[in-house]
Amino acid sequence: MLSYFLRRLILVLPVAFGVSVICFLLVQIAPGDPLTAIMPVDATAEEQAAMRAAYGLDKPLPVQYGIWIANLAQGDMGRSIATGRPVAGEVFGAVQNSLLLAISAAVIAFPIGIFLGFLAGYFRDKPLDRVVTAISIAGVSVPNYWLGIVLVIIFSVSLGWLPSMGAGPGGSQDWAWDWLHMRHLILPAVTLAVVPIGIVARTVRALSGDILTMDFVQALYAKGMSRLDVLAHVARNAAATALSVMGLQLGYLLGGSILIETVFNWPGSGFLLSNAIFQRDLPLLQGTILVLALFFVAMNLIVDVVQAAIDPRIKRN
Amino acid sequence: MIALKKSFAALALTAGLFCAQTAAAQGTLRIGMTAADIPLTTGQTDQGGEGMRFMGYTVYDSLIEWDLTSADKPSVLIPGLATEWAVDGEDKTKWTFKLREGVKFHDGSPFTAEVVVWNLDKLLVDTSEQYDSRQAAQGKSRIPAVASYKAIDDLTLEITTNAPDATLPYQLAWILMSSKANWEAQGKDWEKVAGAPSGTGPWKLETFVPRERAELLPNADYWDPTRVPKLDRLVLIPLPEPNARSAALMSGQVDWIEAPAPDTIPAMTGKGFVISSNAYPHNWTWHLSRLEGSPWNDIRVRKAANLAIDREGMGALLGGLMVPAKGFMPPSSQWFGTPSFDVKYDSEAAKALLAEAGYGPENRLKVKALISPSGSGQMLPLPMNEYIQQNLAEVGIDVEFMVVEWNQMINLWRAGAADPSVEGSQSINFTYFIQDPFTALIRHLDCNLIAPNGTNWGHYCDDEMQGLFEQIKTTFDPVEQDAVIRKTHEKFVNDALFLMVTHDVAPRAMSPTVKGFVQAQNWYQNFSSITME
Repeated sequence: MLSYFLRRLILVLPVAFGVSVICFLLVQIAPGDPLTAIMPVDATAEEQAAMRAAYGLDKPLPVQYGIWIANLAQGDMGRSIATGRPVAGEVFGAVQNSLLLAISAAVIAFPIGIFLGFLAGYFRDKPLDRVVTAISIAGVSVPNYWLGIVLVIIFSVSLGWLPSMGAGPGGSQDWAWDWLHMRHLILPAVTLAVVPIGIVARTVRALSGDILTMDFVQALYAKGMSRLDVLAHVARNAAATALSVMGLQLGYLLGGSILIETVFNWPGSGFLLSNAIFQRDLPLLQGTILVLALFFVAMNLIVDVVQAAIDPRIKRN
Repeated sequence: MIALKKSFAALALTAGLFCAQTAAAQGTLRIGMTAADIPLTTGQTDQGGEGMRFMGYTVYDSLIEWDLTSADKPSVLIPGLATEWAVDGEDKTKWTFKLREGVKFHDGSPFTAEVVVWNLDKLLVDTSEQYDSRQAAQGKSRIPAVASYKAIDDLTLEITTNAPDATLPYQLAWILMSSKANWEAQGKDWEKVAGAPSGTGPWKLETFVPRERAELLPNADYWDPTRVPKLDRLVLIPLPEPNARSAALMSGQVDWIEAPAPDTIPAMTGKGFVISSNAYPHNWTWHLSRLEGSPWNDIRVRKAANLAIDREGMGALLGGLMVPAKGFMPPSSQWFGTPSFDVKYDSEAAKALLAEAGYGPENRLKVKALISPSGSGQMLPLPMNEYIQQNLAEVGIDVEFMVVEWNQMINLWRAGAADPSVEGSQSINFTYFIQDPFTALIRHLDCNLIAPNGTNWGHYCDDEMQGLFEQIKTTFDPVEQDAVIRKTHEKFVNDALFLMVTHDVAPRAMSPTVKGFVQAQNWYQNFSSITME
């Protein structure tokens, strides 16, 4: 098991390097000038040139990449052009807030998705299956930013029950697990959970439906096992694939919530990313994308290892 | 089922109680800004006009300020930290400023001429200990006239300009004074100052969470007793997404939002929210290319286009939140003057002018225009430009758009009409901050500022206009200077130098509990008079 883990870990290194190159180059392709964020629009050409030199933006791209990666190796992600604050502080603060939101959404989405998926798989082609399938298709299809706006209109504007924005009455820095703060989490977490509910439900439905038709299930019944015990076997067989889907979904929840975080003004990585894009804040953009991409890589690694632990066939392959 | 209903009712009751608990305390005003971050707090703010409005003239003062007390008359310069100023009778490059006595920074240190010199070095002298590239990026370009400066005594300052320049007072209205003593107390580290800044302004920054909120408290010892804030607290919250801003206001999380989306305004007014708006120095135009071969070189074509725009019709598109252009400056401006060309909707006159210029149904004029789908101050650029496209088509001008994202648009504006990146576009839809003679008039058409060296995008150069710009800079009597500026603006209009469409009215939506706000005809506002009911 340890050698499998080490093998997978070594494979992560070239992926991480590739990710860093893509992160760096991708943001250079977009038209626009990062200086726009920090200088008056009518700053003179000389003033712009001086500022460009001050931020090292006048150097050739390979040199800029070399400096960036060398600093990165020392834990320095640079400074945001727009705010002047260290990128690491900005990104990790935002990622913490996104993790809070993503894990809350996962806590809502995964149990519901698994339950609905099993229900649909077990009652395949029955009316209950069709209801669950309709729910999961709706979950996947409804644009979640639209759903977010609708929920805000109902629960914040019309009923006044829940806040429509922010990560707490005093901002995210003094987050506490009390009602005053958690009420800020409810609407964005529910909105964010809708897509993974649909995806997990559809995956688990397909998996459990297929496994239930396999010979070994009949054999288990023939051995006299109770229905619950048989389902436990089915669940274990479905777990490896379902886990990989859920791991990826957690990655998406963390990095793919730009719209939700914008709608709810949630100070997470998506919100940070969207502001960095509009401001062409290259260091912040590169840092945020890199951290999110590496989170994906790490999630994949964890999922692979856990899958191997659950299903010995994966390790053998 | 009954148990479920009881639980639901209990949840609703609990939620209601908490909603009541989180409602604003008496005297706290919470504002949802359009900015995505708290503006730079160290003195010279970023985030454009909004930064100066909320973190500039609140926490800091400048030597010369804008009068923000009236909604009815144009905003003009008034004494700030300088009580009087004059140019030398003999040497028109030498200015003397008398500073206000007894002014103290929030940290208790005194405001003196030596501190002004220290602040100017902070922006202009990159070898000085206090030089701050972030503040310099914001402030240096605002005071191009300043050549040198020195403290004569504690309350007398002398500034020398590169050449005679009567617009210096307007330039100095940009420059905000930070505390030297506080910078020293914070270990001469601007990053630390950002968390605990000190100015002389009517508000003190108490707390500051980047990207989330800033809380300001009144400065009870403010030097102008009429501007000591009446509120207990001012909270600034960045809310860049328009729908999130509207929802935050309507759900009671903020009391005031900047720039509500026009389509949300009926819902807001229906719920009793108040929309405040007023004319201010902003314009929405097409800046025209005057390169050889541009059809806009013909004054008949320029006038025809200006007569083809149905501005009242556009008002309906914008929910009435606009002032139809009658010139480059808003009609209420002190610099509007009495232009002879009447900017109005007259499609027949437009067609006649085009015919005179050689265009007609068989020979339609084709132009290419640079526009953006969004952007700071751009209002609703896509529908507005499509509206103009339709208006112009009706008189015989076919417009082809080149649509670029806002950040790229700024680059193309800086590059100028001759740059290959604009791909032959003959106009650019770029909205302007037009608050002082330089930003309002000079920078757009000065021969010395032709892009990319400056912001004269269209490469216009005219001797008479250049003479007027020179006169603005060398007329030191403010009343006479205003007269020259009016004459200059009249030429802008009479020569139809821009496609003059509309002016924004800076709409802001607020709870009916907000009282005492007077929306000045300015990019900046005074929050000291506000109370919460």
